[in-house]
Amino acid sequence: MAENVRPRVRVPATVAAGETITIKTLISHNMESGQRKDGDGNVIPRSIINRFTCDFNGQNVIDVTLEPAISRNPFFEFQATISESGTFQFTWYDDDGSVYEEQKEIAVE
Amino acid sequence: AIGGAVVAALPMPVFAAATEDQIAEFTGGVEPGTGGITLTAPEIAENGNTVPIEVDAPGAVSIIILAAGNPNPGVATFNFGPLAGSHVASTRIRLAGTQDVVAVAKMADGSFVQASQEVKVTIGGCGG
Amino acid sequence: GNWSRLAAQQALTQEDLLGFNTTGNVTLVHITDIHAQLKPIYFREPEINLGVGGVIGKPPHVTGADFRELYGLGQGSALDYALTYDDFTALAKGYGRMGGMDRIATVVKSIRTDRPDALVLDGGDTWQGSLTALRTNGRDMVETFNLLGTDAMTSHWEFTLGIDRVMEIVENELNHPFLGANIFDTMWDERAFEPYKMFERGGVPIAVIGQAFPYMPIANPGWMFPDLSFGIRQDNMAEMVAEVRGKGAELVVLLSHNGFDVDRKLAADVEGIDIILTGHTHDALPEPVLVGKTHLIASGSHGKFVSRLDLDVRDGGLQSVNHKLIPIFSDVIAKDPEMSALVDSHRAPYKDELEEVIGSTDSLLYRRGNFNGTWDDLICNALISEREADIAFSPGFRWGASLLPGQDITREDIFNATAMSYPEAYRTEMTGEFIHTILEDVADNLFNPDPYYQQGGDMVRVGGMGYRIDINKPQGERITEMTLLKSGEQIDPAKTYVVAGWASVNEGTEGPTIWDVVESHIRKQGTVSIEPNDSVEVVGA
Ligand SMILES: [Mn+2]
Ligand SMILES: [Mn+2]
Repeated sequence: MAENVRPRVRVPATVAAGETITIKTLISHNMESGQRKDGDGNVIPRSIINRFTCDFNGQNVIDVTLEPAISRNPFFEFQATISESGTFQFTWYDDDGSVYEEQKEIAVE
Repeated sequence: AIGGAVVAALPMPVFAAATEDQIAEFTGGVEPGTGGITLTAPEIAENGNTVPIEVDAPGAVSIIILAAGNPNPGVATFNFGPLAGSHVASTRIRLAGTQDVVAVAKMADGSFVQASQEVKVTIGGCGG
Repeated sequence: GNWSRLAAQQALTQEDLLGFNTTGNVTLVHITDIHAQLKPIYFREPEINLGVGGVIGKPPHVTGADFRELYGLGQGSALDYALTYDDFTALAKGYGRMGGMDRIATVVKSIRTDRPDALVLDGGDTWQGSLTALRTNGRDMVETFNLLGTDAMTSHWEFTLGIDRVMEIVENELNHPFLGANIFDTMWDERAFEPYKMFERGGVPIAVIGQAFPYMPIANPGWMFPDLSFGIRQDNMAEMVAEVRGKGAELVVLLSHNGFDVDRKLAADVEGIDIILTGHTHDALPEPVLVGKTHLIASGSHGKFVSRLDLDVRDGGLQSVNHKLIPIFSDVIAKDPEMSALVDSHRAPYKDELEEVIGSTDSLLYRRGNFNGTWDDLICNALISEREADIAFSPGFRWGASLLPGQDITREDIFNATAMSYPEAYRTEMTGEFIHTILEDVADNLFNPDPYYQQGGDMVRVGGMGYRIDINKPQGERITEMTLLKSGEQIDPAKTYVVAGWASVNEGTEGPTIWDVVESHIRKQGTVSIEPNDSVEVVGA
């Protein structure tokens, strides 16, 4: 399992029904591309986050496939439109099988 | 200025074939049109290892991002779900040198549109 | 002859220089790129300032006789001396030094006598460029611009003081906002500084939007402000203009450090900016350049000029512009006593260090121009001899005062050409191929036909080698015939050369400071003499 992986998200706490909100996510991760060599000339094996999803109350907002050309500490900014209070579910999938999750509650006013 | 810099600064050879192949794979061989998609990237990268890009294609189902000058051009694919508030997404990407970044969107009607922008990756110089 | 020039100078009066028929209801005062020059200096404008793409032969890419013809300046006139390069030494002896914060203060106070609420706007590159600014970490400049009554500023070299010092100044020492609509944090991509400030003057709601130097982390050491991102961000600028118009601004002023050609393109592509106060490229133009409905103002550098703009803003919009580029002739404009005292107090602790004579010069020493200048030839000579190198590089900075033939070179003069926060003179080995790559990279940053892809200064200056440059070719094909001067041989792509330089943007660069290298070289020379340099052949200009 990759070390020091920490997901962070920014979501407003409240929103008016039907209003579009901006969401930002960041996960600390090296995103080892599989193209670098170590000091002995051996290729450092690829180890990246390969998929990121954001869902709300079980429905999908965005589903991203990542390649090694995504920078360290993958960042995403996107928008969602929701009409009810509930929970955003963020999920990052690591090459090594690890899955990192984060939730955020939001209240529709 | 420049002492001891080891960054590749000349424009990268364009791995055109690999990029074309990936576009064809995404579109099923359909030639993408233009318009209806905006790709925003800095003219000059502040750091080739983390170049911010934003793509906006109203009505898109999914958008593929390619770096035409990287040895492996694939960067990311955004698939928009039913709760997507817009068809805009931003991320940060690695560029091995000066090159075109390409975005191709699949629209709801099955058509495709494409946009590209050149991003310069420079050694860095001497502003005054 | 010389006597007529002296007569001409005697004919100059403070009244002439400051005379202005006050009009309209809003006055703007623009000062930019003073590079910490508290005292009057000589500054020779460029001989070579090439435009590419759509701006060939357009201001500011006009010099010498063409400049005189374009603006109707008499040869040998005061403005000829102030704005062009030829016959500089003789004219300088007649007209004297220019600038000085105390003279600028007199001009600002005079303008505020006519128009008490005139907005004074500083375009940046204010806190760097002298020994005292370096020793006080910019405090001398912050205090003098506070005393001047500055209303807002934007920035470039300010960030080379390091982000901690910048934040300390902005939060605790500066009396005016530090604007940067294009500065964002790298983690969440959110605004790091105030983008604009709303003023009300003469009953007119005015927005002043700040735009910092877009290529900060590339042209200067990004490790000194690692959490900030800049860029031109044209879409962001369009949003800012819409936002301030939405807040009722009837006059939109962009206080910019983009550089002239970038601002010209921005003015064409973003609607709704009335005035762009340009900076960074150090151009001084006696008339505004009009792009669509946007007036571009270029106010020079090093305290040589102050621009005054009287604007008539009525019926929700800008009706007319009355402009004057005021040259700061230091022998003609009186010192403001209050500012003089503040300047002297900042220099006093460093008096002996500033005034020590290191040597003298037989040659005119100047920096500005797209290619080599004599100051950088001297610096390259010093790097080659003191650091035992084959080849020397000196960055294409646009700042640095000039010295006349026959003048002593003091330590202050050396610092005026070198003072900055990453002065280590490196010594390294580079292949001929890598040297070519560097020259191509820097050339494209100057001669890319799209100004948004131009990121900074003039061409890197070279010592110990020559080359041919075709400015109209694409990157990779501009630089040919690279020659090692000491052997006369072509530079071999595969061979390794010892290269010395300074001002590397890389963290951890090692070496003595460039001012120590230059001082040691000048001491050995006694009197410096710079041979005419024909090692760079320019094609396509
Ligand atoms: Mn400057
Ligand atoms: Mn500047």
